[in-house]
Amino acid sequence: MSKIDLRSPEVEIREIRLNSITGFAGSASGLVDCARCGGLGDRKRAFTQCMSCSTSKAICTVSLIQDIAVISHGPLGCGARFHEYAFTYQVNGAKRGVPNPKQIRVFSSDMGEEDTIYGGAEKLRTAIREVYERVHPRAIFIVTTCASGIIGDDVEGVSNEAQEELGIPVSAIFCEGFRSRIWTTGFDAGYHGIVRKLVRPSEEKIPNLVNIVNFWGSDIFSKWFQALGLVPNYLTPYATLESIADAAKAVVSVQICPTLGSYMGAAIEQTCGVPELTEAPPYGIPQTDRWFRALGKATGKEAEAERFIEKERAEWLPRFEELKKSLEGKTAYVTAGAAHGHAMLAILKEYGMNTLGAGIFHHDSVYDNPSDSLDVLKTTIGDYGDVGNYTVCNRQEYELVNLLNRLKPDIFVARHGGIVRWGARLGIPALLVEDEHYGMGYEGLVRYGRRLLNTIENVEFIKNFSRHAKIPYSEKWLTSDPYTFLSEDGNGGH
Amino acid sequence: MAVIEQQRYTCAIGALQSVVAIPGAIPILHSGPGCGEMVSQFFEFSSGTTGGATSPCTNFSENEVVFGGEQRLEEVIRHSYDILNSDLQVVLTGCTAAIVGDDAKQVVSRFAGQGKPIVYLDTPGFKCSNLAAHEELVIAIIEQYVKKVKKAQKNRDPRRREAGKRVNLFASVPSQDPLWKGNLIELKRLLEGEGLSVNVLFGSYSKGVREWETIPDANFNVLVSSWCGLPIVEYLEREFSQPYFHFPYFPIGGNETTKFLREVFDFAERQGAGLDAAVLEKYISEEENAFYDEIDVLATFLLEFRYGLPSFTHIIGNAEYVTGISKFLLNEVGIVPREQFISDNPPEQHIERLRALVEGISDTRKIEVFIDPDAGKAQERIAGLEYGERGLLIGSGWDRKLAADKGYDFLPLGVPSLCRLPLTARYVGYTGGLRLIEDIYDRVLDTYR
Repeated sequence: MSKIDLRSPEVEIREIRLNSITGFAGSASGLVDCARCGGLGDRKRAFTQCMSCSTSKAICTVSLIQDIAVISHGPLGCGARFHEYAFTYQVNGAKRGVPNPKQIRVFSSDMGEEDTIYGGAEKLRTAIREVYERVHPRAIFIVTTCASGIIGDDVEGVSNEAQEELGIPVSAIFCEGFRSRIWTTGFDAGYHGIVRKLVRPSEEKIPNLVNIVNFWGSDIFSKWFQALGLVPNYLTPYATLESIADAAKAVVSVQICPTLGSYMGAAIEQTCGVPELTEAPPYGIPQTDRWFRALGKATGKEAEAERFIEKERAEWLPRFEELKKSLEGKTAYVTAGAAHGHAMLAILKEYGMNTLGAGIFHHDSVYDNPSDSLDVLKTTIGDYGDVGNYTVCNRQEYELVNLLNRLKPDIFVARHGGIVRWGARLGIPALLVEDEHYGMGYEGLVRYGRRLLNTIENVEFIKNFSRHAKIPYSEKWLTSDPYTFLSEDGNGGH
Repeated sequence: MAVIEQQRYTCAIGALQSVVAIPGAIPILHSGPGCGEMVSQFFEFSSGTTGGATSPCTNFSENEVVFGGEQRLEEVIRHSYDILNSDLQVVLTGCTAAIVGDDAKQVVSRFAGQGKPIVYLDTPGFKCSNLAAHEELVIAIIEQYVKKVKKAQKNRDPRRREAGKRVNLFASVPSQDPLWKGNLIELKRLLEGEGLSVNVLFGSYSKGVREWETIPDANFNVLVSSWCGLPIVEYLEREFSQPYFHFPYFPIGGNETTKFLREVFDFAERQGAGLDAAVLEKYISEEENAFYDEIDVLATFLLEFRYGLPSFTHIIGNAEYVTGISKFLLNEVGIVPREQFISDNPPEQHIERLRALVEGISDTRKIEVFIDPDAGKAQERIAGLEYGERGLLIGSGWDRKLAADKGYDFLPLGVPSLCRLPLTARYVGYTGGLRLIEDIYDRVLDTYR
């Protein structure tokens, strides 16, 4: 188990902490076996396209907390995605019990050339004061960038001084893009900064309170938990400083995706003694059964859980069976981050669909909590069998387009924007589901099935579009081995 | 100025959107792993066929920071020829490459030396805004690529400009102006209407890199912009002896579009373009006729609609919109511009000129204008103003909530924005003015349910 050290300002990157990789091609079972025996080597690519970086992931963990301010300490461009979180915060508020959300307060220290020469610490100090005067936030988060990291600004020192001066938590979050090929390292960095400054161990326990590490998806847990007599404590979008502090008083922590919440779950467990539910999230029927049973056990609600499972199964499984008749045998390809992509594979396989392959952005050999039963890919394979053409690929579009063009699935399922369009350009019906809760539980399975069927059946637009779509990839590339640029030995391709 | 809240433009590497806007060109980033995504997500849904996740990138890691990334850049460029078709490659460097001191120029020149169409530009985020980098980008392509092609054409003096009807058009910065495609198409249509032929250079109606190669052949340049692009036309004047015509805001509606057409015509005449005055008069007359027929509908609506309508406006945005829309709404729609906010960070030397332009729009009242990239301050100011009438706020996605809080009508226009999906909508010209009217009153009337 990785040791959480809240005294350190920085989190170790996933490559080191979790032996995570971004390059693999083979079968899902091969990957899991290799990873679990510690023999996972990373394969590198000689050609790469734009990926993503940690700073925007760190921003997504902190910027949706209520009544705080965020400063991106770097050039203006590193705050370019702030507006998306502002939009999300407004439009999803009503779904999450915040009916009239305020404008989020997000700033850039607008680092200029002279700051990179003489250092940006003084500018940051002034920025924090100005933000405090303008916003009077209850906490300020400083997110670092490649530029502030390389020039070596003492962001931790400046933040601690400001905390003293202003009397509110000021947390430095180290999430420079160049540090890690695995941008989910930014989630870890964000949670580290939150737990360090906002969560303290507590003797007091709040009965039935369950931490849920998630994004901003619809509030499905309240409904479920009502039946179980539990109360959800969502972390961290729409949380307040109080609800974050309450995380230390919860009975158990669950996650909608162990890749997202790995660090947060472990940090709360190790520093506050709140155990993490060591069961992969509830996607697909067998895993949903197991998850609710485990939750019941962890919270002393075994009987309620059994009743809930029985009732839900009776309500939703007939509709699932009905949908399955139309979906069974259809072919699919998945691209998403781990472990949500693994969960999507479970849903597709539950419907008897033929998963031709998957391109998953990275793979964590183990999570901060090393329990086998948290490994979504392992449980998926265990429940439904292997997945071939399984690549670990940090969103390298050229590889994906090559594979899609070869495999020509009936549907292309994705979790993230930016690459879904490639399904459509190649004439393949493509589905993007942004709400991470959408396919959870028995009800989610049915909801997801409807979307799948709807996407497969409504192909007129896709077919028409693909006849006119521009494809910049060369014919030579589209007919080459998709792994031409993937090294065998981890030292770069040919 | 210690901070910028609610940025309305982005950093230098945002110039990659201008590369994406040239048909056949692809950007290659020598930068951190997130820069390309940051840019494409700032300008939502505008990554085109070669931006966003399609752009090759060296994805700087710790290794490149410590040992330098030139070798990695060489490798990515070399393999890109096997994977992506292109007529021109533009290498853009980010903060990481600049701080560690990589020499991208030297790597790129090796490929250029082999006859590959490839140029480079240093665009570390801390250097300048995406608007300033757009200027540098256009100059870099001409300097490193177009001039070379022209030299390769035998028996031709590269410094000779050809008199004639061809002009290069520089106006909207791709993506930074969310209506760049429509505005460029409309400006091209207007200039062609009076007899010129136009290198539009960006967007679907551009002939791509082949068109860029003809930039030195144009008679003169037309710049429709408040400040961005002046260094481009000044460069072309020095380099190819091409004079330039500058219209310092967007011409919107009847008055300003006619003025624009006449001024360009007079300028073209002085350059010996040989345009026909009768063609100009016929064109203006037809366009004005159609325009004022619609204004008659507007007047009827404004005078006879029994419910509330906005009587004043604040605009937060690019300088050419703030000036152009203020003029148009005041004179041709009857909406009074109150405090105005220019948020695209014009260089210091232009500030007083831009201020005077906006302040002087009306003969009877002075319009206050604030020029500040920190749009959070603009919002604070607007939040504190009370006019006791129905207002119209024109701004980016950041401003929708402010408009709702104030009870104002809201027209999304600037970036960043997830509030509308611009395709070919345009606000310049006669038809652009009409479209602006339609967009405003569509939103106003939608509030009556």
